[in-house]
Amino acid sequence: MNALASSAPDSAPAVAAGAAIATPKVEVQKLNVWFAKNHAVKDTSLAVQVHTVLAVIGPSGCGKSTFLRALNRMHDLVPVARVTGKVLVDGQDLYTREVDPVLLRRRVGMVFQRPNPFPTMSIEENVAAGLVLNGISGNHAEVVERSLRKAALWDEVKDRLGHAATSLSGGQQQRLCIARALAIEPEVLLMDEPASALDPIATAKIEELIHELKEHYTIIIVTHSMQQAARVSDHTAFFYMGELVEMGATEQIFTNPKERRTEDYVTGKFG
Amino acid sequence: MAESRANVLDGAPPMVERPQSTDTAGEGAGDRLYYGVLWVLGFFVLVVAGLIVLNLALVSRPLFAVEGVWDFVKGDDWDPVTQKFGALPFIYGTLVTSLVAVVVAVPVAIGLALFITQFAPHKLAPFLSTPVEWLAAIPSVVYGLWGLAVLVPWLRTSVEPFLGRAFGFLPFFKGPPIGFGYLAAGLCLAVMILPTVVSVSAEVMKTTPEAQREAALALGATTWESVTWSVMPHSRAGILGASLLGLGRALGETMAVTMLIGNSRNISISLFAPGYSLPAVIANEFAEATDNIHIGALAACGLILFVITFLLNAAARWLVTAVQKGPARVVT
Ligand SMILES: Nc1ncnc2c1ncn2[C@@H]1O[C@H](COP(=O)(O)OP(=O)(O)OP(=O)(O)O)[C@@H](O)[C@H]1O
Ligand SMILES: [Mg+2]
Repeated sequence: MNALASSAPDSAPAVAAGAAIATPKVEVQKLNVWFAKNHAVKDTSLAVQVHTVLAVIGPSGCGKSTFLRALNRMHDLVPVARVTGKVLVDGQDLYTREVDPVLLRRRVGMVFQRPNPFPTMSIEENVAAGLVLNGISGNHAEVVERSLRKAALWDEVKDRLGHAATSLSGGQQQRLCIARALAIEPEVLLMDEPASALDPIATAKIEELIHELKEHYTIIIVTHSMQQAARVSDHTAFFYMGELVEMGATEQIFTNPKERRTEDYVTGKFG
Repeated sequence: MAESRANVLDGAPPMVERPQSTDTAGEGAGDRLYYGVLWVLGFFVLVVAGLIVLNLALVSRPLFAVEGVWDFVKGDDWDPVTQKFGALPFIYGTLVTSLVAVVVAVPVAIGLALFITQFAPHKLAPFLSTPVEWLAAIPSVVYGLWGLAVLVPWLRTSVEPFLGRAFGFLPFFKGPPIGFGYLAAGLCLAVMILPTVVSVSAEVMKTTPEAQREAALALGATTWESVTWSVMPHSRAGILGASLLGLGRALGETMAVTMLIGNSRNISISLFAPGYSLPAVIANEFAEATDNIHIGALAACGLILFVITFLLNAAARWLVTAVQKGPARVVT
């Protein structure tokens, strides 16, 4: 693949909606996704600057997960899915022939909406899975600990790393999956409602984590919680029925939305 | 299974089928009727199996009056005139041919099932799985004929001489290439059990949650890695079950084996050698057996076959649950 994100200057990204001062880390151009006849994502264009957090909000079924999964080509596996448009990471389109989805997914990691640890593997093996798969050698135990600490799970599992991943609770499994995604240090992290199964304390830790990660990663997070979006993100994109209705600085979206539908949604009038 | 079902039914009244009672009574009565019917059916299966065993035991009694059970199992004489009966060559032949069948068929079946469910383009999959299922519809006597006409000559002229040259240092591949024998019967059985193993394995593989595959892929797994990381761990118990199902079928197969094994009361480590099997001896001799002891010996062969399959099933169940549990703790 092409060079890593060396072009991005360390200056703060532009806050004004849409204004870009450098090549965005992720740029989506006229993205469409169909499931057979169901047009799930319509003509979406947006850009995410490096080292920022984009929150994606919208009512259930509006295409948030579908949008997110288009960003690391997870739809390749769905026979009925069809994707058109461009998704550029560091300026390179993912949907061209030269891009190997396998290498791509190592750079664009994903935490799924439902926790999906490898059920026959231990906690430790789950976290190290990405390292093994990518042939990354080195001190796995150290990476496992660091990743589990970041995902606010270490204290709960440090004495039973060899136990089956399925012996964890749903929320713990979700944090395990976050740790697993972090272990291979992707440049872009896609998180699909990572906190939906977590209690307030774990949620707070994950949000704290997102703040920390922002220094090194670019994060796109789907969430149903407005408060969470407000707390963790720099920009917010509101989807409705497959369309990107509005995207802007998070503060603007929540205090001064341009679109009526956005206002209705963020003020809780529907959805 | 039977036990847990019985527990569910503890306290249920003895079942009398009165369909009109479900119409008038509430849900509870309907449930009880349903459980009752299942219970009766389950019980019926047990009764039938029990009666068969009982019947075999009764018929084989004259034999065990003159021959000890253990002597019968480990003896290798079989002479109706002197009334010496030993079933070891048959037991051995049955086990060896079935084992050959499983060893050959299972890897092929796993490969086919993986290809059909994971790698073949979605539109192509039915065109691959249907012919495999057709194999299951072919009567075993036709397999026997195919074995006689194609397999045996091919083994005699090509495969066995080649194996002898290449792997002759192994005791399994020593001796003259005859064609008829354990290898011919085992290979034919392999083809016969292939559809069972393929379709059961494929069904299990299809049930792999998409989320597990995605988990691997999102970490940068290739298609093949996503299979070894998600589909295989998910399916291993099912594949094991499928293999044991195939083994069960191979153990009981009569016609094709009788036609190909050579029907020679022989115990040989070489797979090229002719042998005999439990079902084959029953099929070959039952019509001619006149005295009670000979008939009893054949019934005892049936009983042994029954015991082998029973033990196999028990082992299968145990293995499948053991594998399903997976590692509670993993050594790294
Ligand atoms: N694998 C699939 N096959 C067919 N249709 C799908 C598939 N995945 C999603 N869809 C459809 O795409 C549309 C958008 O679904 P998506 O999962 O993106 O919604 P969402 O915004 O993430 O909802 P939620 O907040 O409930 O997670 C829905 O109409 C859904 O039925
Ligand atoms: Mg979703």
